[in-house]
Amino acid sequence: MTSKTDQALIQKAFQERMDEDELMNCMRCGFCLPSCPTYIESGQQEAQSPRGRIALMKAVVDGLIEPDEEVERSLRLCLGCRACEPVCPSGVRYGHLLEEARDIIAQHQRMPLHIRLVRKVVFAGLFPHQERMRKAASFLGWYQRSGLRTLVRKTGLLRLLPASFRQMERVLPDVPTAKELKNRPHRLNPDGSAKKRVAFFAGCLMDTMFMTTNDATMRLLQLAGCEVIIPPAQGCCGALHGHGGEKELAKELAKRNIAAFEQLDVEYIVTNAGGCGAFLLEYGHLLKDDPAWRDRAAAFAARIKDISEVLVELGFHHLPLRVAPQTVTYQDSCHLRNVMKTAAAPRRLLQAIDGVEFREMKDADRCCGSAGIYNLVEPEMSMKILDYKMEMAKQTKATTIVTANPGCLLQMKLGIERAGLTESVRAVHLVDLLLEAAEGAQAAKEEERIRQTS
Amino acid sequence: MIPNEAKKRLIQIVGAENYDDTKAGRLVYSYDATPQFQSLPDAVVAPRNTQEVAEIAKICNEYRIPIVPRGSGTNLCAGTCPVEGGIALLFKHMNRILEIDEENLTATVQPGVITLDLMKAVEEKGLFYPPDPGSMKISTIGGNISENSGGLRGLKYGVTRDYVLGLEVVLANGDIIRTGGKLAKDVAGYDLTRLFVGSEGTLGIVTEATLKLIPMPETKQTMLALYQDLEAAARSVSKIIANQIIPATLEFLDQPTLEVVEDYARIGLPTDVKAVLLIEQDGPNEVVERDMKKMADICRSEQAVSVELARSEEEAEALRTARRAALSALARLKPTTILEDATVPRSEIAKMVKAINEIAAKYQLKICTFGHAGDGNLHPTCPTDARNREEMERVEKAFEEIFAKAIELGGTITGEHGVGAMKAPYLEWKLGPAGIAAMKAIKQALDPNNIMNPGKVFAKSTRKRVVVTR
Ligand SMILES: Cc1cc2nc3c(=O)[nH]c(=O)nc-3n(C[C@H](O)[C@H](O)[C@H](O)COP(=O)(O)OP(=O)(O)OC[C@H]3O[C@@H](n4cnc5c(N)ncnc54)[C@H](O)[C@@H]3O)c2cc1C
Ligand code: SF4
Ligand code: SF4
Repeated sequence: MTSKTDQALIQKAFQERMDEDELMNCMRCGFCLPSCPTYIESGQQEAQSPRGRIALMKAVVDGLIEPDEEVERSLRLCLGCRACEPVCPSGVRYGHLLEEARDIIAQHQRMPLHIRLVRKVVFAGLFPHQERMRKAASFLGWYQRSGLRTLVRKTGLLRLLPASFRQMERVLPDVPTAKELKNRPHRLNPDGSAKKRVAFFAGCLMDTMFMTTNDATMRLLQLAGCEVIIPPAQGCCGALHGHGGEKELAKELAKRNIAAFEQLDVEYIVTNAGGCGAFLLEYGHLLKDDPAWRDRAAAFAARIKDISEVLVELGFHHLPLRVAPQTVTYQDSCHLRNVMKTAAAPRRLLQAIDGVEFREMKDADRCCGSAGIYNLVEPEMSMKILDYKMEMAKQTKATTIVTANPGCLLQMKLGIERAGLTESVRAVHLVDLLLEAAEGAQAAKEEERIRQTS
Repeated sequence: MIPNEAKKRLIQIVGAENYDDTKAGRLVYSYDATPQFQSLPDAVVAPRNTQEVAEIAKICNEYRIPIVPRGSGTNLCAGTCPVEGGIALLFKHMNRILEIDEENLTATVQPGVITLDLMKAVEEKGLFYPPDPGSMKISTIGGNISENSGGLRGLKYGVTRDYVLGLEVVLANGDIIRTGGKLAKDVAGYDLTRLFVGSEGTLGIVTEATLKLIPMPETKQTMLALYQDLEAAARSVSKIIANQIIPATLEFLDQPTLEVVEDYARIGLPTDVKAVLLIEQDGPNEVVERDMKKMADICRSEQAVSVELARSEEEAEALRTARRAALSALARLKPTTILEDATVPRSEIAKMVKAINEIAAKYQLKICTFGHAGDGNLHPTCPTDARNREEMERVEKAFEEIFAKAIELGGTITGEHGVGAMKAPYLEWKLGPAGIAAMKAIKQALDPNNIMNPGKVFAKSTRKRVVVTR
């Protein structure tokens, strides 16, 4: 609960900080409603729609209502998937409004001690520090490998955790060992002659828990003919902070990344996680009020590109690619699609693989319900959205679900578990499948050669 | 305020989860797509079936609580703005397509069905439901019926009215009546169906509708004609019709509208011409071929700088989608977007367009114009800023002149958006005192306590655009 005095402070901050023009830009046409997952899954509650949320934010600014529990709930239940943005004819930048509103509320809210602690650990203690991320990851790895996991699962200790955390524990990937995590490369040469020089944004989670996917990404870039620079000074993108109401921390992280990349003579800064990429792309907006950083941020953002776009540009899909025959469907990462506007490239790459029968699922562009830590804090809504997604995935009869963002990947794994499909369906990151296909084609060629010479 | 006793009884009927009187819960039903109108309902109620609607009506009638039926709140006449409070009545639970009768070519639906969902469902059976308001992706059939909405196909196929065969309506006193039915012919007594169509929720609550379907036209073609002269485009429209061609669609967009639409849709619309006509014909192959050729010739003879056919159905659909988004896209220009809905006989379009431009110049305003040129229904739209009081005054005056001009040319103050709270002050211009009195007599007979959507259609005062909050 937020006290009356806190509400008054929040209201004042709304009046000072919310972009009034942007709020007025919404002409309340409702075109965004059918695209909003929370509107649909809540049984068409206007308060759970973009139009409703904008109206609530505006009403707080106008002093028509206080930012009470209902207002907070509405903003909390938003996935931040931004599916409402591309369909909005008026071009309302809903994501920016939401980010600002959430930041204001988070900064003024008296949260219970344990939540504050968790937030502090996650936002300030862990994510900004790559060494600590590695330590945490290696602890997780130790947990997974030492037999403790088996013990914990067997003894039912997990039941002490809320259901949403329990589910998550089951689908976490097997993380690399501390040793594997330590020596990350800083530069890689292309296979053959260099077509492009690019930098790779390694991310924090991606470079720990999903290290193999990062390795695969760099490998693909090499195969496609890129010289790859991986500046060691980079760090967490700050998306979690920005979306979670810790904007100031997000700005610090942004500055660190801008500084880490700006001296590099590269054409693109390549990302492989839709969530991070979209946030990096918006550094210009994040730092718009900081004259010393604004232009540097915009220049940084202009070079951000998703791996799939880079690969298509370099003609990767014309290389031999092969996997064992399988039916594949693709789950869009919301931020990759709605903010980075990347939807065609991943599909093009998938369709280029020999052995892949690509089947589009209905509403592939609808959020999977992962949305950062949404699935942990709003499990009920998240699972409703996920179950719909799995139903659509099932209908395609796909045996492989491909995603392009770590959060979505975990969520898909969770969905597969929930739907009882672990035996027949797998979820993979696009780049992992692409590497599998490149190596598969290589192996097939090799086999062919041996057959011919013997 | 809802008396406690009434609240208790309402909750008994719909269940606590379908009754909301929290501040935020009410606020999100305090508006529709009409700029600058806002006022809070006292509660939001979502019934699950006709029986519940009838009981709600009884209670509201007893306690004199206003009922504001609400589809998706996309109307542009403040029709769902609860200007006198009361309950906002939602149809989100009543959103089933009950039957598609392929033998009688009818569809029976609940009021909360989304227009596009109905269209898709009937198309799957090779049938066609023509009324297609620009908002069809989200508007409800209940809202369409109550506003008598028209759309891009209105010229050839008519408007919602022409497709409503029968209704189930809950009256203000809770009585449930049925009008019409699946029959094509029915002259038993007054035509109550037509009375309720377009009555904007002021006479009763539509709880079920039987709609007419027609066979899907064999084929469809779309083309775009570009002009460097606004009035030449308007003349082409008159000439096409004068040549006895009734195209399925004949839409008009001026240059500022084109720019914002292209900014949204990014489909490669030209933004350097003064006007565009979006033309469509459907029907048997030979007819479509012949009509399209004739229309292209007419456009060229009226100095169209280019006339081009859409190459694929995707391209055609992109064009239509872009056109439908025109109004909302105009909101890109300025914080406030005031859209109007003046309609003239189509022979007068060129004159009306010219008049709009002159009036805009006189009041130093930017007024973009687009609309359903084929049926004379124009949407002059003024991007402005409500915070600029002085400019708002000028906007108000300019639109008054535009309405006056429309009536002078034999037109009307609204062709499809309805009267609601917004046009109420102008209705008498169109109807005269006797016309108003006749309408009031009907209202009095069906809703003596004035609980059905009060404050709409009939003006209490000459109040115009204001923000009302309770
Ligand atoms: C971008 C945009 C484009 C548009 N284009 C068009 C267009 O091309 N043509 C056109 O005609 N209109 C258009 N409109 C206006 C609007 O969309 C239509 O009037 C639409 O039919 C309203 O449907 P709704 O479900 O939103 O109804 P609402 O706006 O919720 O309600 C409209 C009226 O119907 C009443 N009502 C709703 N349901 C019932 C019911 N079950 N029983 C009794 N009364 C009821 C309400 O009280 C209100 O008076 C457009 C609007 C927008 C925002
Ligand atoms: S589509 Fe855009 S303008 Fe329309 S209601 Fe949604 S946010 Fe507002
Ligand atoms: S961001 Fe997603 S969940 Fe939030 S309002 Fe927009 S569409 Fe709905």
